[in-house]
Amino acid sequence: MTYVEDNKELIKEVLEAYPDKAAKKRSKHLDVYEEGNSDCGVKSNKKSVPGVMTTRGCAYAGAKGVVWGPVKDMVHISHGPVGCGYYSWSGRRNYYVGTTGVDTFGTMQFTSDFQERDIVFGGDKKLAKLIDELEILFPLSQGTTIESECPIGLIGDDIEAVARQKAKETEKPVIPVRCEGFRGVSQSLGHHIANDTVRDWVLPKADEYRKLPEGFEPGPYDVNIIGDYNIGGDAWPSRMLLEAIGLRVISQFSGDGTFNETVMTPLAKLNLIHCYRSMNYICRHMEEKYGIGWLEYNFFGPTQIAKSLRKIAAQFDETIQENAERVIAQYQADMDAVIAQYRPRLEGKKVMMMVGGLRPRHVIPAFEDLGMQVIGTGYEFGHGDDYKRTEEYIQDGTILYDDVSGHEFEEFAKKLNPDLIAAGIKEKYVFQKMALPFRQMHSWDYSGPYHGYHGFAVFARDMDLAINNPTWSLIENPWEAK
Amino acid sequence: MRQIAFYGKGGIGKSTTSQNTIAALSETQKVMIVGCDPKADSTRLMLHCKAQTTILSLAAERGSVEDLELDEVLLNGYNNVRCVESGGPEPGVGCAGRGIITAINFLEEEGAYDDVDLVSYDVLGDVVCGGFAMPIREGKAQEIYIVTSGEMMAMYAANNIARGILKYAHSGGVRLGGLICNSRKVDREVELIEALADKLGTQMIHFVPRDNVVQRAELRRMTVIEYEPDHPQAQEYRALARKIENNTNLVIPTPISMDELEELLVEFGFMDSDAEYQKALEADKKAKEAASV
Repeated sequence: MTYVEDNKELIKEVLEAYPDKAAKKRSKHLDVYEEGNSDCGVKSNKKSVPGVMTTRGCAYAGAKGVVWGPVKDMVHISHGPVGCGYYSWSGRRNYYVGTTGVDTFGTMQFTSDFQERDIVFGGDKKLAKLIDELEILFPLSQGTTIESECPIGLIGDDIEAVARQKAKETEKPVIPVRCEGFRGVSQSLGHHIANDTVRDWVLPKADEYRKLPEGFEPGPYDVNIIGDYNIGGDAWPSRMLLEAIGLRVISQFSGDGTFNETVMTPLAKLNLIHCYRSMNYICRHMEEKYGIGWLEYNFFGPTQIAKSLRKIAAQFDETIQENAERVIAQYQADMDAVIAQYRPRLEGKKVMMMVGGLRPRHVIPAFEDLGMQVIGTGYEFGHGDDYKRTEEYIQDGTILYDDVSGHEFEEFAKKLNPDLIAAGIKEKYVFQKMALPFRQMHSWDYSGPYHGYHGFAVFARDMDLAINNPTWSLIENPWEAK
Repeated sequence: MRQIAFYGKGGIGKSTTSQNTIAALSETQKVMIVGCDPKADSTRLMLHCKAQTTILSLAAERGSVEDLELDEVLLNGYNNVRCVESGGPEPGVGCAGRGIITAINFLEEEGAYDDVDLVSYDVLGDVVCGGFAMPIREGKAQEIYIVTSGEMMAMYAANNIARGILKYAHSGGVRLGGLICNSRKVDREVELIEALADKLGTQMIHFVPRDNVVQRAELRRMTVIEYEPDHPQAQEYRALARKIENNTNLVIPTPISMDELEELLVEFGFMDSDAEYQKALEADKKAKEAASV
């Protein structure tokens, strides 16, 4: 049998553990890639099968944790009972520069801490009071977002009315985000809802809210970085590269970004989008409304960095294009050295990945630059367009798993015997106890940055540390243990 | 201790009927009324007041129900009937259903149910959500009496309430005790409600005739039992009270579909059949055409 057929057989075996109905549903989310299969042959963005372990989050996680949360000089309120806010507190490593509690609030947690009384009588008054208190405690805050938790949607509080009222009184933006966790099938809807609030509550008033930097004149090289959440500082080497080729980054939305940067976005010539899944909506809107084009780029690994820099430069004039070539050449020696150091130690190692927005495809070339092979990949909450975009990154025989369950992931790993699993915190210890090296691909395992040339050096080192750690030889995996 | 509940469409005369019946029951038993309606009008005829302080309004003022004492919200009314109102949010905000759950839990924890023979819940309108089903869940009220009349929406609500009872009949043991027809002087009302009761698998436990003495008593914030104890209408409520006291006809209801309910109304001439409806539309169309020619 061929590799493709073997893997198809494996999928069948893995599905056997399910009851018929669940097996039928899940079978549509698992496939083996064969050339010409433009959507990778898997269904996506569907409700998870009840009873399986899924890693998905909720709309609140997508709106607060991902899109709005990193806007550093605003206060983001977890509106509802205390748990959602408390247990998601500092859940993502969105680095930022600022004085926390004074002009930036990224690692702080604000909640309306709903009590029984607020459910029965409604929480609008409490919310209004909370915003008044925030204004006194944090006068340098540049605005507020209200992220609804589930009960707000159930009892029908009118948070929009409170937002309008308080925006008027404080003369700052107050943005109601209806991201109740029960909406949609994953955090993906939360991204969309958050994007829609930018469209409906921020951009229409952008001219009014915007504070132009002194002497600011719009220029032909103005770009926005969209959807880089600055995990472990990722946006910084990305920005450096864009500036090195002569572009001016006028806004980071939202990693290490300010509210003012959010309202600067319509002034740019091009939206450079890192996480397509979570921010394509607002980019499409800006394209329609302001005629700003957008481009998805990939700054993982020198091969893709060079490709992306050239793609970006092609949108501008020859000066920029020459700059791009110069920058690529400038880092060539450094990259060669990184590869010379790590490739011999990582050559031929097999990886299985499962992450969120863009990494299940974007990180593949970085592994390949180190001589590694990604034999399986999948998205937690991807849509059809993500899988279409994955095609160019994968080879025949790669297993695709959408919203992979605990059972499926473990069984695939047992049979395919990868040298590294790259996924999230929920999977980490399961696989490490199976004596498999593991790296977190959401948080970079508290390391990073991984973007750009600087990030690749860190990435290569981390993969080597994980795979070649001598600890693993001391542990037997349980299914091979004698 | 027996626990009963009165349900019915809003405005059907549920609170009036229940309080008059309770007043009659209190002549032989120690009774407590738990009002489960944000309007808080389930005890006014007992207390001779507009509306008593409710559990939830006081809890809102203090911070939470844990800050309340039972005697602040539990009052003694006519004939020592214990009266308490759950209360709830103003219209259009919050969650009244959750309020009822909170209030009933508070009463249980505080021992409000100690030494009473009978507890009566008076619940607003339709069973619109889980909160309003609270009195019929978890073995609280075991017998439900639906106040209705020979009007379509009242019957629709009665059927819906029967569906709510059916839902909890197997887990909590709640049963339907019967329909109380609070007369609106509609033609063939007794026959209609008896037919509905039959379809729901229950009885029309009593037909309460319409009498202006009820309004005269209400004007004085009294039940008829208190205002004119010897009036024939008072005897009607006593008769209902005795029937409830001795009621053994407790059933799991068999709610009917909307179509069946409509058929019943067609049968009794409250609604025209589908064929009649089509005919009427045709006639209108023809009249219009004739007018345009």
